[in-house]
Amino acid sequence: MPCALASLGARVRNDIFINMNNLTALSLTETIEGLGKKEFSEAGLNQAYGERIKKLNPDLNAFLEVKENKSGIPAGIKDLIAVKGRQMTCGSKILEGYIAPYNATVIDKLKENNISFIGKTNLDEFAMGSSGENSAYGSVKNPWDKNKVPGGSSSGSAVAVAADLCTFALGTDTGGSIRQPASLCGVVGLKPSYGRVSRYGAQAMASSLDQIGPITKTVADARKVLEWISGPDAYDSNAVSASFKSTNRKDLKGLRVGIPKEYFGKGLDAGVEKVIKVAIKKLEDLGATTVEVSLPHTQYALATYYLIITSEISSNLARYDGIRFGSTRDKFGAEPKRRIMLGTFALSAGYFDDYFIKAAKVRTLVKQDFEKAFEGCNVITGPVSPTVAWNLGEKISDPLTMYLSDVYTIPASLAGIPGLSVPCGFSQDLPVGLQILGKYLDEDTILSVGELYEQATNWNKQKPRLQTPERSDGGQAKL
Amino acid sequence: MSQQYNPVIGLEVHVETNTKTKMFCACSDDYFGKEPNTHTCPVCLGLPGALPFTNEEAIEKCMKIGLALNCKVAESSLFERKNYFYPDLAKGYQISQYRWPLCVGGSIEVTGKNGKKSTIRINRAHQEEDTGKLTHVEGRTLIDFNRSGVPLVEIVTEPDFTDTEQIRDYAKQLREIFRNLGVSNADMEKGDMRLEANISVRPVGQKELPNYRVELKNINSFRFMVAAVEFEIKRQIEALESGETLHQETRGWNEAKHETYLQRSKEEANDYRYFPEPDLPSLAVDRDLVKKLQEEARAALPQTKVDNLVKTYGISQESAVTMIRQGSDPFFEELVAKLGQTGISSQIVASMIINKKIDWQDLSTDDVVKQLKAQASQTALSSDQLEKAIDEVIADNEKTAADYKAGKENALQALIGAVMKKTSGRADAKQAAEIIKEKLK
Repeated sequence: MPCALASLGARVRNDIFINMNNLTALSLTETIEGLGKKEFSEAGLNQAYGERIKKLNPDLNAFLEVKENKSGIPAGIKDLIAVKGRQMTCGSKILEGYIAPYNATVIDKLKENNISFIGKTNLDEFAMGSSGENSAYGSVKNPWDKNKVPGGSSSGSAVAVAADLCTFALGTDTGGSIRQPASLCGVVGLKPSYGRVSRYGAQAMASSLDQIGPITKTVADARKVLEWISGPDAYDSNAVSASFKSTNRKDLKGLRVGIPKEYFGKGLDAGVEKVIKVAIKKLEDLGATTVEVSLPHTQYALATYYLIITSEISSNLARYDGIRFGSTRDKFGAEPKRRIMLGTFALSAGYFDDYFIKAAKVRTLVKQDFEKAFEGCNVITGPVSPTVAWNLGEKISDPLTMYLSDVYTIPASLAGIPGLSVPCGFSQDLPVGLQILGKYLDEDTILSVGELYEQATNWNKQKPRLQTPERSDGGQAKL
Repeated sequence: MSQQYNPVIGLEVHVETNTKTKMFCACSDDYFGKEPNTHTCPVCLGLPGALPFTNEEAIEKCMKIGLALNCKVAESSLFERKNYFYPDLAKGYQISQYRWPLCVGGSIEVTGKNGKKSTIRINRAHQEEDTGKLTHVEGRTLIDFNRSGVPLVEIVTEPDFTDTEQIRDYAKQLREIFRNLGVSNADMEKGDMRLEANISVRPVGQKELPNYRVELKNINSFRFMVAAVEFEIKRQIEALESGETLHQETRGWNEAKHETYLQRSKEEANDYRYFPEPDLPSLAVDRDLVKKLQEEARAALPQTKVDNLVKTYGISQESAVTMIRQGSDPFFEELVAKLGQTGISSQIVASMIINKKIDWQDLSTDDVVKQLKAQASQTALSSDQLEKAIDEVIADNEKTAADYKAGKENALQALIGAVMKKTSGRADAKQAAEIIKEKLK
């Protein structure tokens, strides 16, 4: 069998392994089906994932804490979301040893759907980073090439899903922290509209932008998790009252896909651009019409974003004042310190109008860009990230270059609209994600587009080849 | 000849409103005297991931306060974060209001020295949350978060006060308003109500405000506040007269030494870095609710209340004012209603309450009704005494008696009144009426 797969290089078509012996390769939907048909047990499922984590996690560093349960469907939870009785480090030494005394709303909602929590996933400290290297607990490795970054900040969640260490995972996305690592790791990542999912229980980075969302093996899985976790919540005043409804679009006929010219300019890697253009062509083949749209304020989005988020960060992290939580402020890493300083400055008397207020105004313009663009199209597509995964250490000493890696994900965050990253091919043997943006609260359409694209291409079935004894002996999991 | 100076004083009053739950979480608001850190949750402890949600009862009470002070309720109001570091501040910021307060632009009339009336402009009445409480014990500091997140309304005046009598009157009126509105007990000793004053002085005739102000903080009684302000006016005038330049600073009151002392100079002043609270949507104010609250607020205003009591019960203005100040007026109204036609006049009931003949703070109205009825029967007139009194009244009021005989029903009331007067209210009015009717058949 390995011979037949050699032509795919580092990639392995893994769907042929999907059988009772390889439970960890199953999607969430397939797992639920299998459990329903009693093809395997919840205990067996948990054990299979537990064993795989034991083998692969020491290398990948995707999980900061693992708890093998006897029941439920095992999910990975970004370690800034509170799970009662479990550690919650936020990837920071300042919260080392902190045990959350309550559940985030999303955790309660997942529990109602028979989800158990196999581990808390690694992340850039307080969700600040695009590479996973800002974690105080060591870098997370990209399963496609362990010398590469997995993206961030939901690094561990994306890696855990890509490496089949859990059925799905929750991440948070403030400026691309779900979509970008999903893109770099070849999995599906959904950032819901702002207010779609309750933020209660997720440590805030930038409260006006943060959203919890799923990282999954298929688009259908992302839809399912969104159905579970979305909806109004008395504990988050910004959670909208409308609950998410799915319609099952059968094809893309009549769908207008906007292609923003600003997302295809300088800075976009040629290899990535090629893959994205092929993906867009595929959407046309499936019946969609493409139209060029303009998002003229895109060039200001990055600066706007960093003024708003650093301002909010300086306030949101003020509670770690060294009095409670056991650690003093010198335990903050370099990136939180940098952002706290920037934000404190931006909010200071004499600077507030020039920085925060101006940024708030540009944010409105960015939002209006999208509203105008959506007058002529149903979804907007483009790259998630300007490049594929880069080398560990490559950008860590240059924060500005690092910030630029979120240039295509940030505008949608500022506008509060939903965004999906769907695997759409490879460049330099590393995954590329197609970003599909939708109108505010129209997750349904972007999920439908993603799902139809996925079914027509099967890029999501590509799995990284991870050298493990488990794989070489055919993926034996004790049931 | 030395220059004459006028004080310029503005007041900030903080009042904790007595809601069922805290401002942004579901913890009980009734924290006073409770075991430390038992009225807490992730929200008021500022735990990672917790978010605030707005207490509507508190917003209503804040609006009531604003309306009672003739403020307008803003069309659009927003919470902001006031960022500063202090160990009692769980989140590292206080959710407060700054640019978009809930109630703006009110006024209140105060009486100053020599009975002079003047109008104090109210800049705003806004909603915020209280902090935790620090206790310093044997070189260590303990934090109790029971008070963290308790709703607090801040009322800020324009710098319109010119003497301490006005301040005393303003503070007393506010306390009455809070109690009448039922929004707070306004007990300064318990910290329900706190005063801060901004004081500067300027030469007589100068129109513009001085370029400095001294903030007097953490003063927990009317008396101390008045003493501190008086001290401060004197200190500032003396400083200016000796050629000193005064600066913006915060001062406290040392009661033992009877003087103010420097707490914080301008250089150490906080930059609060206010910005809109991203966790809370703007407050949607229901205009119908505002209308309803406005009526309630007016009914609870001291003067309106005094007028109502005088008109309804025929008691003196003085008794009405005293009972409102005591907070005994609801007890009085309930008691009068229960006593009904027992012949004890409302004024007598009021006097008994005011003179502490009735223990209104500890007894129920039912207890008092029983008590009074028992006393009344003990002191009731014998039928002989009553008959004697009636005979005398008829003899003294021949014309009225004749009128009654001629069919004027009103005359009966006048006779009964005269009997009541003669017997100092001890007669039973009904019984007296029957006897009079009998005698004048």
